[in-house]
Amino acid sequence: MAFVQNFPFMSIILSLFSGPLSTVMDRKKAKIINTAVLLILTAMSAAVLVYVMGTGESYVYTMGHFPAPWGNEIRVGVLEAAMALFFCVIMLLCMLGGVLERELELEESKENLYYVMVNLLLCSLLALIYTNDLFTAYVFVEINTISACGLIMIKQNGRTIEAATRYMIMSLLGSGLLLLGICFLYDLTGHLLMSNIQQQVRILQETGAYHVPLLVSLGLMSIGLAIKSALFPFHTWLPDAYGYSTVSSAAILSSLVSKGYIFLLVKIFFRVIGFDIVKNSKVVNVLFVFGIAGMIMGSVSAIRENNIRRMIAYSSVAQIGYIYMGFGLGTTDSVVASIYHIVSHAATKSLLFVAASGITDASGDSTSFFDLTGAGYRNKLAGAAFTVGSLSMVGIPMFSGFISKLLFAQSALESVNKMLPTLIALAISTILNAVYFLKTVIRIYAPDRKLASEKHFRTITMADQPQKAAALILFIILNLALGLSSQPVIRLIRSGLSMFS
Amino acid sequence: MSKKVPREQYEKTLTWRLKSWFAGEKDLLLDEVEMKPQKEFKEDAAAARKRKEDHERVRSLIYDRDRNVGIRFFERAYQVMSVLFCLFLVGTLLLAVSFLPSFGNPENPVNNEVAERYIEDGLQETGAVNIVTGMILDYRAFDTLGESHVLFIATCTVLILLRIDKKKKTGQEYPEESDNIYEPKDDLILQTVTRILFPTIVIFGIYVILGGHLGPGGGFSGGAIIGAGLILYLNAFGFEKTEKFFTAKTYKCLSVCALGCYALCKSYSFYTGANHIESIIPLGTPGAILSSGLILILNICVGIVVAGTMYTFFVMFRKGGY
Repeated sequence: MAFVQNFPFMSIILSLFSGPLSTVMDRKKAKIINTAVLLILTAMSAAVLVYVMGTGESYVYTMGHFPAPWGNEIRVGVLEAAMALFFCVIMLLCMLGGVLERELELEESKENLYYVMVNLLLCSLLALIYTNDLFTAYVFVEINTISACGLIMIKQNGRTIEAATRYMIMSLLGSGLLLLGICFLYDLTGHLLMSNIQQQVRILQETGAYHVPLLVSLGLMSIGLAIKSALFPFHTWLPDAYGYSTVSSAAILSSLVSKGYIFLLVKIFFRVIGFDIVKNSKVVNVLFVFGIAGMIMGSVSAIRENNIRRMIAYSSVAQIGYIYMGFGLGTTDSVVASIYHIVSHAATKSLLFVAASGITDASGDSTSFFDLTGAGYRNKLAGAAFTVGSLSMVGIPMFSGFISKLLFAQSALESVNKMLPTLIALAISTILNAVYFLKTVIRIYAPDRKLASEKHFRTITMADQPQKAAALILFIILNLALGLSSQPVIRLIRSGLSMFS
Repeated sequence: MSKKVPREQYEKTLTWRLKSWFAGEKDLLLDEVEMKPQKEFKEDAAAARKRKEDHERVRSLIYDRDRNVGIRFFERAYQVMSVLFCLFLVGTLLLAVSFLPSFGNPENPVNNEVAERYIEDGLQETGAVNIVTGMILDYRAFDTLGESHVLFIATCTVLILLRIDKKKKTGQEYPEESDNIYEPKDDLILQTVTRILFPTIVIFGIYVILGGHLGPGGGFSGGAIIGAGLILYLNAFGFEKTEKFFTAKTYKCLSVCALGCYALCKSYSFYTGANHIESIIPLGTPGAILSSGLILILNICVGIVVAGTMYTFFVMFRKGGY
């Protein structure tokens, strides 16, 4: 066994241990540990990706001396390694972009607890990506939920406490449904290991036994994870949670936490149940309808919003809708489009949150639209970054959002019944996206010098906020790279998905 | 030869007090118990009136059902929908359960090769007489590693929410801080009982943890027992006594050591297992206290984390810091 193959396990353990270690450190040391762990994990994931792409096949890694159905194991393929690398990079940039806000907004003695949350969150995301066992996935879903809650409420004001409470209630409901689904599935198949469950489910499908509980179990798991990742009717916890928490939390929550759950759902569809069985069940149609409703209703809510952070948060509802619509279309191509959209949305949404914080810094920390007039001149880099993010969200060519919309439209053509609703919803949603994002871009570039001098807004240059500037530049590069060279990424996702089954 | 003692010292002894109590001369408990009733939290009358008025005004504006027809409709619809939703969920789940394999049937899918190996080879492979412990701490130790971190991160989240920053005093007095003035101090009955019970509880907890691989028990249950003992001690003797040996720093150091030890031990066995290297840890004779490889150490680690978590939860909700 090559030494590189140990890296996934090592990265999980490293991030897991760095969590408790940060509690006994002061804030500076905790920050250094966090950055170091993120850098090491990025390097390790990159090495694993190179290795797996070289061998061209996935491998399983036994956690302990007992082989798979008895002990635990993790499984590493191209898609898993790529996702791990991508999540580490985004996490690193989010943490870099929110350094200043964390110093200002968090209580000094509690800042090290923030790094505890971040480290354990990263660990749980990695475990969700790599795990080959449904129950291990559930354990790390718990860690993910609690740490996300901590990230929301660590900036303590009434709004965040309320948002965290709401998040907790909804998210626990989702966890409960997921657990019920797993229990049903275990009772029917007698296994918790993904590949063994799939074998048993195929046998059950051929004999036609236990059809109803199987369907209910699939439905419970899908809806549970949909609640946790804020699919449309279950999105009410989202705007407050993203809108009022500290910047790096909002960016991490929107781009990584919800995506981790969606990735787990992809694993359940492809590795646990088998995608052809999922396709023939009614569950995908439900996800399709909710997804389309979310694409439109999320955008409508975003248009009505007067607070820039909450507007970006509502835009997330719409984008999550896109992803679930891709699952709902039920073809391999559409799932590839969904996974590409996970990547593209994660890169863009975290960029938007960090850029929005730069814009509001230059407008006296006000998030309401009225004060943002001309903010693009006061903080040039953040204005440019926000424009890039907006254009990508709307779906202008050259940016990553365009590619995912193109992929969705292409995959919709394969399905007869769902083609028309998909294309119409894509068109409407794109126009609505353009309405609220371009409205904001126009506002931040509308010249309004008189107001600026009256309110003593400050001008921010790159030297004032070097960390945020660096994060924004790297985010812009990442976005352009995803938009301009999308073909390798799509090929990678496709080969990764084919390794899944 | 009995020793002669002066009169004052003699009057302090338990025998004399018991004797005089029987003789009806002195109440044994007099001047000993101090039961202060809790003072009511009194708000400044004007401030209270203003707060109440504000509250009423906001409420009347928001919930003015005549003007906001939407609210009336929403409240009614919310009630109806929630009942319908619950009925739907309950119905679906009951329906699905009725199709599940019947309970206790030996032909059920869950009775497969996985359970068979746990039961038949569990003793030889893990060295633990208690198969459940062998399962959670050896076969599926990765899950338990995650589970103990769930407890740890829950404590951290409660710390974020409830810990009061000592440096950041804004002049406003927190009711939580003055809380320990009101607690009944020196409750003789509680203290006497605790003096007897506390060591017993802790020793029993340690026994349950250490015997986890030999019989019923283990880190989770033993840790909970020790945590309950600590909470009892705190209630009897107050924070002054407990802070001599258990502060936030102690908890953090203990849990870092325990979790780190767990992670380190399991990393070794994960690494050797995956790379097909023979593990050097002996399994020992089943039934002996030093047997079953790493399970004993892992149980102790889990026990420390669980006890600390329980105690910290209590302290945080009680006072908001220690």
